[in-house]
Amino acid sequence: MRAVFRHELSSYFSNVTGYVFGAFLLLFTGIYTMAYNLRSALTNFEYVLGNMSFIFLIIVPILTMKVIAEERRQKTDQLLYSLPLTMTRVVLGKYAALLVMLLIPMGIISLYPILLSAFGNVYLPASFSALIGFFFLGAALIAIGVFLSSITESQAVAAGICFVVMLVNYFISDLASYVSSSAFASFAAFTAAIAVLGLIFRLMTKSGFASLVLMALLEFCLLVGYILKSSAFQGLFPKIMEQLSLFDRFYQFVDGIFDLRAIVYFLTVIALFLFLSVQSLEKRRWSE
Amino acid sequence: MIEVKHLTKRYGGHTAVCDLSFTIGDGQIYGFLGPNGAGKSTTMNIMTGCLAATSGEVTVCGHDIFEESLQAKRLIGYLPEQPPLYLDRTPREYLGFVGRAKGLSGQELHRQVEHVMSVTQISDMADRLIKHLSKGYKQRVGIAQALLGDPKIIILDEPTVGLDPRQIIEIRDLIKRLGQTHTVILSSHILSEVQAVCQTILIISKGKLVACDTPENLEKLFTGTTTVELTVEAQEAEAADILRGVGHVTGLRAEDAGQGQCRLILDTDLGDGDAVCRELFFAFSRAERPILRMNTTRASLEDIFLELTAAQTAGDLKKKEADEA
Repeated sequence: MRAVFRHELSSYFSNVTGYVFGAFLLLFTGIYTMAYNLRSALTNFEYVLGNMSFIFLIIVPILTMKVIAEERRQKTDQLLYSLPLTMTRVVLGKYAALLVMLLIPMGIISLYPILLSAFGNVYLPASFSALIGFFFLGAALIAIGVFLSSITESQAVAAGICFVVMLVNYFISDLASYVSSSAFASFAAFTAAIAVLGLIFRLMTKSGFASLVLMALLEFCLLVGYILKSSAFQGLFPKIMEQLSLFDRFYQFVDGIFDLRAIVYFLTVIALFLFLSVQSLEKRRWSE
Repeated sequence: MIEVKHLTKRYGGHTAVCDLSFTIGDGQIYGFLGPNGAGKSTTMNIMTGCLAATSGEVTVCGHDIFEESLQAKRLIGYLPEQPPLYLDRTPREYLGFVGRAKGLSGQELHRQVEHVMSVTQISDMADRLIKHLSKGYKQRVGIAQALLGDPKIIILDEPTVGLDPRQIIEIRDLIKRLGQTHTVILSSHILSEVQAVCQTILIISKGKLVACDTPENLEKLFTGTTTVELTVEAQEAEAADILRGVGHVTGLRAEDAGQGQCRLILDTDLGDGDAVCRELFFAFSRAERPILRMNTTRASLEDIFLELTAAQTAGDLKKKEADEA
């Protein structure tokens, strides 16, 4: 794992992606700090982070697009498979290197509130709680990016899917408010979600029959649930959509709440997507 | 030592490797020979744990490649068909990474990296970016990578493809030297290469093992039929009479060559050409019919290869016809 970590880290410094990632993050933090703290003379550094969290939509795909996709395209994944390494270690090594790439600019950014406090009354605990939240948000989004990079051979496709997924996640709580909260609307939305799930399953397994069985099974469960207790479906789908939003969890930190549940939530997302990345790598051994 | 038992690999409806079984012993150079698409790369990928088999098992020195993959993989150095190189790295950085991944560190890592670079003669290029190296050097970096960690078994998939003739000779010499201290398995669709380098040849066709022996034995096995071509001063019928007294003759084609001579082409089931000639000489001299010219030919390995792989195809065709009928 250390070999992979070291190798990945040095590769970020030997080409531009690492620098682009850091530079973008620092540039936007600088601009927002100028706007909020210096020009508007606000003492809340957390607002800076809260308003610039969309930057992840751009920089996370840049950072993660090649992490596994490029190995596939260059066929260097064969090396990883033939080396005495488990795929878990490969993924963890790569992820650790990505976290360091996030931590370096974050380390610099964490000096900003300290600097600002020399000139005004900055409430540092709130600033640092927001910084921690910002870091975990980035870490979770990067884990998603790693997984999306593992399912394709093309960097561009990986970056594109990654951007779309993050965009949807960014706006998901806004979108949720457009979904009618009636029980039937939830039922219909779930049906649509099952169809999408079935389609993804079909694409990944190439088995039309299995995905039909899966869809039928899920739809049956849904129908039984709906008939037995349709009142439970009231507003359920928008509620679930809101729960999926990573950015909403982070905004709590901006509001000055250090929410441990949110940290656990981020960690769960990280673990889930790294696990899926490992599975995606292992799967290729079987279907290549 | 590698044991492969009943290996089968299917891709969807296509069977790439079909019930393949063989054993690789210690300290020799083995050659996988087969036409393109015979399943050589697939077999090698499975043997090195890069690919999962549909059924069957592979054990490396007693370690199952899937159950105890880390122990098994430590014993193997593998160069896939396309050398898995990080193009924006230098050979030294790249080999450092591979060495660390194989569990080397500190002085030992440094020593081994320098060692494999000198063995493969890439020390001069150690600090250039791999993407700027020529194909031959890239191939050598790939081989150097396989040698790190001093594995007992080195598996090279088509190590000379795409190289110029001088580089091919250099790589072959390198493989021969490696064969003195390691078990080397290489694959190729070029017969002369396998013949020049390997001590044991495994011929694979359509995912099946059709022959496994030393090059000499393979020749003997299939040239059990020495062909003798001779011109004698005799009539065709007369010559046929004389030959009736000679053993081991399995086939005879005769033609009149004019001037009281005839040309005979004999197939014998004796591998030893000299013994056949001796017998023919005495048979004709007893009948006082002089042999004017005599010439033996043995089937080359190339013929055997073609025959084996073609027989497979013909067999398949027949089977298909039978299935259809």
